[in-house]
Amino acid sequence: MDLAAITIIQVINLIASLALLSIGLAVIFGMMRVINLAHGEFLMLGAYAVLVPTQAGVPLWISMFIIAPLFVGIVGVIIERLIIRHLYGRMMDTLLATWGLSLLIVGAMTMIFGNTMEGISTPFGSFTIGSLADSQYKFFTIGITAVVLLVAYIVLKFTRFGLIARATMQNSDQASVLGVSPPAVYTLTFGIGAALAGLAGAILAPISGVLPTMGAAYIAKAFITVIGGGEAILTGTAAASVFFGAINQTTTFFTSSVVGEVALLVAAIILLRLLPQGITGRFFRRGL
Amino acid sequence: MLEVKQLKVSYGRIPILHGVDFNVTEGEFIGILGHNGMGKTTLLKALIGLLKPVSGEIQLKNQNITRYPPHKRNRFGIGYVAQGRDIFPNLTVRENLRTGILMHKNLRSKETTIIEEILEDFPRLESLLNRRGGVLSGGEQQILALARCLCGSPELLLLDEPTEGIQPSIVEEIIEILKNLRVKRGLTVVLVEQNLEFISALSDRVYVIRRGVFTGELSPEQLANPEIVQEFVGMN
Repeated sequence: MDLAAITIIQVINLIASLALLSIGLAVIFGMMRVINLAHGEFLMLGAYAVLVPTQAGVPLWISMFIIAPLFVGIVGVIIERLIIRHLYGRMMDTLLATWGLSLLIVGAMTMIFGNTMEGISTPFGSFTIGSLADSQYKFFTIGITAVVLLVAYIVLKFTRFGLIARATMQNSDQASVLGVSPPAVYTLTFGIGAALAGLAGAILAPISGVLPTMGAAYIAKAFITVIGGGEAILTGTAAASVFFGAINQTTTFFTSSVVGEVALLVAAIILLRLLPQGITGRFFRRGL
Repeated sequence: MLEVKQLKVSYGRIPILHGVDFNVTEGEFIGILGHNGMGKTTLLKALIGLLKPVSGEIQLKNQNITRYPPHKRNRFGIGYVAQGRDIFPNLTVRENLRTGILMHKNLRSKETTIIEEILEDFPRLESLLNRRGGVLSGGEQQILALARCLCGSPELLLLDEPTEGIQPSIVEEIIEILKNLRVKRGLTVVLVEQNLEFISALSDRVYVIRRGVFTGELSPEQLANPEIVQEFVGMN
């Protein structure tokens, strides 16, 4: 019974982490059809944007919720202006450009910080159920993910910016003749996607440790989640996270974490074979 | 109001418009008649800015707007209803209407009033407000596209074949709506069409376009005479 409760918490935690680390990529891919291979590095920059200020004495929550998203968001806006903007509609070129960018960021960060793992102590401590203990930080991750998804939903569904963004995503030429400047919307969208990646990196930092190459560990999972989710940004990310997260963690529980990862990949292949448009290509089509 | 001088436009390397000149004065309703492939849509896309001209000049309200991107032209007073309607299929009818308003800073605060006024002119949309745009019929989508465009209070309206693929009863309805709107809002309109009845019911003057140049000008009375039309346009 205790074991079941802990396991359920672990499954939900993994689902939340998947959704959190994918949402920034989903926003950028869903809105702009840009495959951002530097997404993992945005996560890593977010993690460093927590590590460095925290080591300098800034309270953890300020670095996590303000500095990291803001810093990575600004980096995103600059990258969009300098690189992505010139490659719209050329998916392969953006893919290569962002890959190069990812190598560049890893290289630069390694030069500055060295190739060593640094850590931030995980706040909150642990909780116990019966004889079993686990980190309370899991509840924090789950809660933040829920809040992020909810806020994203509210912004997309009920605000002016959300409406303009959805219109631009469906037909940018038509939006432009109604007075929308698609380049401005794209800059902002890319910035928001980057900021969300920064926030995700910041929240994962205390659990994962901080390393210049840490992005590589997440990029594949984030991609699988976004592609598996399909067109609807939020519904897709949430649905794919639940699906892959549950499979991964359940398999891990009965076997080992390596087999869990393999199960996730196998599930992704089967899913995309059956639903090439992703989950929201068939189900929850009207979702956001 | 609108002055177009020696406008040349190409799709890639293929020239489509070979130097188009015309003027539209305020309050006028201009028709442009021509077959498919003669450059009608290209002309309107160049006027709204979706296509960049190779050379030539476009002036609106005595200001050179040739280099303006589409969103700037829209905010400066040009409304454009594309061929094939181009409503946002996954937005509701109300959301579609709102997209016509939101980018106009002076209109934003009056959003609800504007939509109420528009619904008076387009009563058909009232019962559809919460439906998704994509489930509307072709005629309803056309009416929505027109209504959405008018939400931004344009002074100059560009219409690209609004009758294409639409049942005759709605064509009649659109004629009535446009006639009323002209009186009510003092709209200036440039309409491209190949539907003779529609264009002659509404236009003050009709230019004929053939292979990317204007080949003549017809009065609505001349349009009623099939022989003259045949001679100018090569269509009947």
